[in-house]
Amino acid sequence: MEYLIEGKTGNWELVIGLEVHAQISANSKLFSGASTDWGADPNSQVELVDSGMPGALPVINKHCIDQAILTGISLNAQINKKSIFDRKNYFYPDLPQGYQISQFEFPIVGKGHLNIEIDGVEKSIGITRLHLEQDAGKSLHDQDIDNSFIDLNRSGCALMEIVSEPDMSSPSEAAEYVKKLRNILRFIGTCDGNMEKGNLRADVNVSVRRKGDELGTRCEIKNVNSIKFIQQAIEFEARRQVDLIEKGEKIIQETRLFDSNNLETRSMRGKEESHDYRYFPDPDLPPLVLNEEDIEKLRLKLPELPDQKKSRFIEEFGITAYDAEILVTEKYVSDFFEQIVEGRDSKIVISWITVELFSYLKRKNVSLEESKIGPEKISSLLDLIISNKISNRQAKEIFDEYLKSDVNADTFIEKKGLIQISNESEIEELVEKVLKENPKMLEQYKSGKDKLFGFFIGQVMKLSNGKANPKMVNETLKRKLSL
Amino acid sequence: MSIDNSTVKKVAKLARLKVDAKEEQNLKNELNNILEWVDKLQKVDTENIDPMLSVSNEPMSMREDMVTSKLDNKQILSNAPEKKAGFFVVPKVVE
Repeated sequence: MEYLIEGKTGNWELVIGLEVHAQISANSKLFSGASTDWGADPNSQVELVDSGMPGALPVINKHCIDQAILTGISLNAQINKKSIFDRKNYFYPDLPQGYQISQFEFPIVGKGHLNIEIDGVEKSIGITRLHLEQDAGKSLHDQDIDNSFIDLNRSGCALMEIVSEPDMSSPSEAAEYVKKLRNILRFIGTCDGNMEKGNLRADVNVSVRRKGDELGTRCEIKNVNSIKFIQQAIEFEARRQVDLIEKGEKIIQETRLFDSNNLETRSMRGKEESHDYRYFPDPDLPPLVLNEEDIEKLRLKLPELPDQKKSRFIEEFGITAYDAEILVTEKYVSDFFEQIVEGRDSKIVISWITVELFSYLKRKNVSLEESKIGPEKISSLLDLIISNKISNRQAKEIFDEYLKSDVNADTFIEKKGLIQISNESEIEELVEKVLKENPKMLEQYKSGKDKLFGFFIGQVMKLSNGKANPKMVNETLKRKLSL
Repeated sequence: MSIDNSTVKKVAKLARLKVDAKEEQNLKNELNNILEWVDKLQKVDTENIDPMLSVSNEPMSMREDMVTSKLDNKQILSNAPEKKAGFFVVPKVVE
C-alpha cells in the first residue's frame, strides 16, 4: 500500500535510506588481539592500537574479513577483490587514534540487494555497499557534572557498515528491511544483532518530495537503536519536513538525534565542519586483496538463509507459507522447530509452537530465547499427546504451569496424576459402571433419546476425573449401547 | 589551486592546532608551494593507469581471531592525566 503524508497543500512521498552498523561476531577486535566480550570492566579489553598509542600497528583479523564476505554473499552483493582502508579523521575523546580506520572509495563489498515482504508483496531493496571499520569507544556523560568518562573496551571492535539505496518509502518498509537484515546476519552468524546491546544500530536518512519529483534534501538521524524507534523517528521527521516546506522554509541537510522520550528529532551541533573527514588511505595498511578461491570456499560454507529455509519448510513439512514465515523470522525459533519436528507430526508441532507456546510467550512478554524453554520441554509434552497418554485439552490446561516447572512432561503429569487412562479394560469398567448407575437414562436412550449419548460421555469423564481417553470412551460407549 | 588564510585557519582548526597570524602566513605560503607542485603532477597523463593505492606491493598480513591481549586496566590507564573508577576522565563533551 502506498504510504503518503498528508500536508496542507497535498500529499507527500517519503524517501528513506538506511546505514546499518553491525558489530561483527568475533573473539578479538578488527586490528588488535583485545577481547570483544560484552559487559567487561571498563578499559580492561584494550590493546595499544585501540588506545591510540604512537607506533602501535594494526594487523587485520582474518575472521572479520570472512564475516564481511559471507554477509556480502548473503546480500547478493559483489565482493571486491581489492579494497582499501582509509583514515577518517575527526577528534572525539572516545576515538583515541584521532581517526577511525574505515573504507571510503574502495569498500570490500559493492552493490547487492535484499528482498522484503510487505502485506504479502515482495520488494527488492538495493544495497549500495558494505565496508569494514573500527568501532569507537564509549563516552559516559552522566557520571559527573564537569567530566565525561571514557571506556575503550568497544574501541577497535569490528563493524560492518551496510548502506542501502534510498529505496524505502514508509516506516514499515524501513522496519521490515532492518528485521530482514538482522535476521540474515543472525542466520549466517556474522552479527548477534542485539539492538539493546548496541551491536546493531542504524542511521536513518529521510527526505520528502512530491510524487514523481526529484529527491528532496535529506536529514540523517543518527544511531537509532530499536526497530520501533526507527519507525517513530521516520514518522516524526517526515512530518517535520513537510510542515517546514509547506511554511515556505528550506530543509537544511544536517545530522539529527532521535529523542525517544519526547518522540522527536533534534538537530545536533553545527555539523558544517565535522563532515570534513579528510579521508586518505591508511599508510599502515596495504590494500586488502582477495582471491576467487577463498571467496568460493566461503560461498560453499554459507548456511541456509531465511528465504531458503522458508521454502524448504513449506515443501518438507507441508506447512503454510504463513507459518513458515513465522518460524524463519528468528533463527532461534526455526532451529527450535526443526529439533522438535524431527520424527513428529508437523501439524501438531506447528500448532503447539505458533499457537500455544507463542501466546504463552506473549503473555509473559519474553522471546522464546529469553524464556529458556528448551525443545525437549515441548517435545516431551507432544509425545504424551501423540501417544494418547494425555489429551490435547489436558495438555492445554496444564501448559502454563508445566512451562514454569523445571521437570519434563512425564514427571510433571505423573506428579499431577494426570496420566490418561487408555487401558481398554479400565475404560470398559468405567463405562459399565456409569450405565449401571443410570438405568433410567439408559432406558430413555434406548427408546430413541440419542442426545443422552453426550450425558454418558460426561459421566464417564467425570468418574475418571477427566483422565479417560475421550476417543476410547466414545468408541466403547457406542459399542456397549448398540448391544 | 591556491588557498587563502581562511582555509589555513579551517584546516588548523580541524587538526586542533593553534596557529598565530605569523605562522598562518608562513603555512599559507608553504601549503601553496605544495599545491603548486601537485598542480604540476596533475598535468601528467594518467589515462588508463590504475591509481597506485599503496607504495609497497606487500600483501596485507593477517592474524587469526584469537585474544592475545595482555594489557590490564592499570597499564592502559597508566598514562592518563586523569582517571576514576577504571575510566579515562576528560572535560565534559556533550553533543
